[in-house]
Amino acid sequence: LCLPPWRIIMESFFGRYKNALVLILVLFIQIVILATQVKRADNPKAPNSGSTRLIRVWAVTAATPIERALVGTGHFFRNTWHNYVNLTQIRRQNQELQEQVARLKIEQVRLKEDAEQARRLQALVGFQEKFISQTVAAQVIGTSGSDLSRVIYIDKGSRAGIKTDMAVITPDGIVGKVKEVFPLSSQVLMINDRDSGAGVILEKSRLQGVLRGTVQGETIVDGVMADEKVEAGERVISSGGDRIYPKGFPVGMVTSVAPDRESGAFLAIKVKPAADLNRVEEVLVVTRMAEQAPVLAGEQGRVRAADILAQRLPSVPKTEQKPGQAGQGDAPGTSADQPKKPKTAAQTSTTTGASPNDNSGEPGKKPASGSGPAEPGKKPFTGASTAAGPRVKKTGAPPDQKTTGASPNADSGAPGKKSDTGSSTAEPGKKPLNGASTAAKPKAKKPAAPPDQSQPEATPPPGNPATENPKPVQPPPDRENPLR
Amino acid sequence: MSVAITYTSREEIDVHKFSLGVSVGIPLLAIFIQVFLPTRLRFLTIFDLPLLVTIFFAVARRRPIPGLITGAAIGMLQDAFTHHFIGLNGIANTIVGYLASSLGVRLDVENPGSRFLMTFGFYLLHQLIYALLGALLVGTSEAFNWGHLLVAALSNALLAVVLFVGLDRLKMQA
Repeated sequence: LCLPPWRIIMESFFGRYKNALVLILVLFIQIVILATQVKRADNPKAPNSGSTRLIRVWAVTAATPIERALVGTGHFFRNTWHNYVNLTQIRRQNQELQEQVARLKIEQVRLKEDAEQARRLQALVGFQEKFISQTVAAQVIGTSGSDLSRVIYIDKGSRAGIKTDMAVITPDGIVGKVKEVFPLSSQVLMINDRDSGAGVILEKSRLQGVLRGTVQGETIVDGVMADEKVEAGERVISSGGDRIYPKGFPVGMVTSVAPDRESGAFLAIKVKPAADLNRVEEVLVVTRMAEQAPVLAGEQGRVRAADILAQRLPSVPKTEQKPGQAGQGDAPGTSADQPKKPKTAAQTSTTTGASPNDNSGEPGKKPASGSGPAEPGKKPFTGASTAAGPRVKKTGAPPDQKTTGASPNADSGAPGKKSDTGSSTAEPGKKPLNGASTAAKPKAKKPAAPPDQSQPEATPPPGNPATENPKPVQPPPDRENPLR
Repeated sequence: MSVAITYTSREEIDVHKFSLGVSVGIPLLAIFIQVFLPTRLRFLTIFDLPLLVTIFFAVARRRPIPGLITGAAIGMLQDAFTHHFIGLNGIANTIVGYLASSLGVRLDVENPGSRFLMTFGFYLLHQLIYALLGALLVGTSEAFNWGHLLVAALSNALLAVVLFVGLDRLKMQA
């Protein structure tokens, strides 16, 4: 009689449905036990795509709508505030942005020029570039709630095409990678978690290392030898070597450098992440990375350095060789004894007059085009690219080639040098385009080699990298535009 | 076969209990036999002794909570010997134990006919629950072999009639 009414109701309820409640409880316990064991494939169509424990799927699926609702409500109020209260700020901001757009447009023109140039150079060396081709925008809806596990949950899952090991980025820098995928959400392991790792490059020193998280939530770069010089303030970018993060994307900035306490041979480089990992709200998940060689405008097939040289250099005149002269110009037996090979770079340059072989058989004769062996000591290709700089006016020819054509001309009139330079071009182990010019110097004083001796050297050996593939001519640029 | 199912009031039904040795020993023995004997006699896999013991104890005690707990314990122990996930048989036996004890309260399940029908029905129910759990939770999909299922249900029902007579001797009046 003294019991409060709620207690009477509860007791009568539990007394009446005791059996059913116990049944539900026992079944619930067993289902939970079962769910901890069962793993469900992330993608049912691809059985090898990885799997997640059912209990985790259920827990996250149960929590996701609540987190979504909370975040959505917060965004609603915040957006309302921004929209209606901060209109004045937005007007001023809009004006600033307009100015910024104008500035960026100008910069874009310049960058476009640079990019075009970079693409041309990459095409020359057969560089396979990787760039982000598709991203999915996602909102952060939760975290692990623990300092020991630096993960966040985003509101996009397998239904949005998210898969494990996809890179998660913000415009500021990389955030982490997708660790677990659920139908409507995903778990992202951030780069400052101690279990994470990312391949990085120090932008200035070009040193490669592995970015790792620490227990304290800091990020450090491992694997850089202690004798290397690294300065605070240096930018760190992704190397792309881990095949998760796009190459060249900002990672952070070096804040301090100290010898690693555990292994003295390496440096412990602390990095401040470029993305604010404690306040990540919206992220981009890189769902597709494309890999392709850059295509030059109007390119029909594989273009060789010498082809471009021949086509685009106005400073290099075409050879005015007559059929009869060509036979004379070649060393005896060159064209008669050997079957015709496809034109290699060196051979093609013969046509343009750039090759020193033109008059190898006639030591005293000037080349018809006026172009001769490279000026001793000059590196036509490599030197040219630096000399040209990134802001060379568009002339339709790559800047490096421009200079290439010019430098061999410098010494073209020197008599008695032709046969020597001709033999030096084909010196084994040398890159013909560089080697041709550099080798000309020491051998210039040698007497002209007999035609039968110079013959084997006159034709570059098969498999010479520079003649068959222009790859070694120019190293690939280290940076690229990842968000292109 | 004439089946006599008589409706009884709760006061008319005998409620039995079992000694601790029987309560623990019989289920363990049933599981051991179920695990051990088919290695010698393969055809014995058609019988589900742990399920029959679950039904017997649930019906004899006529109390749902001990019935479902007995079912859960026997089922999970049975699962432990399989390569399947632990809990599939546990859940199925829990439900069977609960329903059997609830049925025992309302019906007279002491005569062979009602025991036969009851076991036949519970065996089918057990298989149905097991298949549903497999499809919904684990993601396995196995087509029912209805012929084999019916034969198995009949075999278990027949065995139950014989087995329950033997187990009746272990009952003690509550």
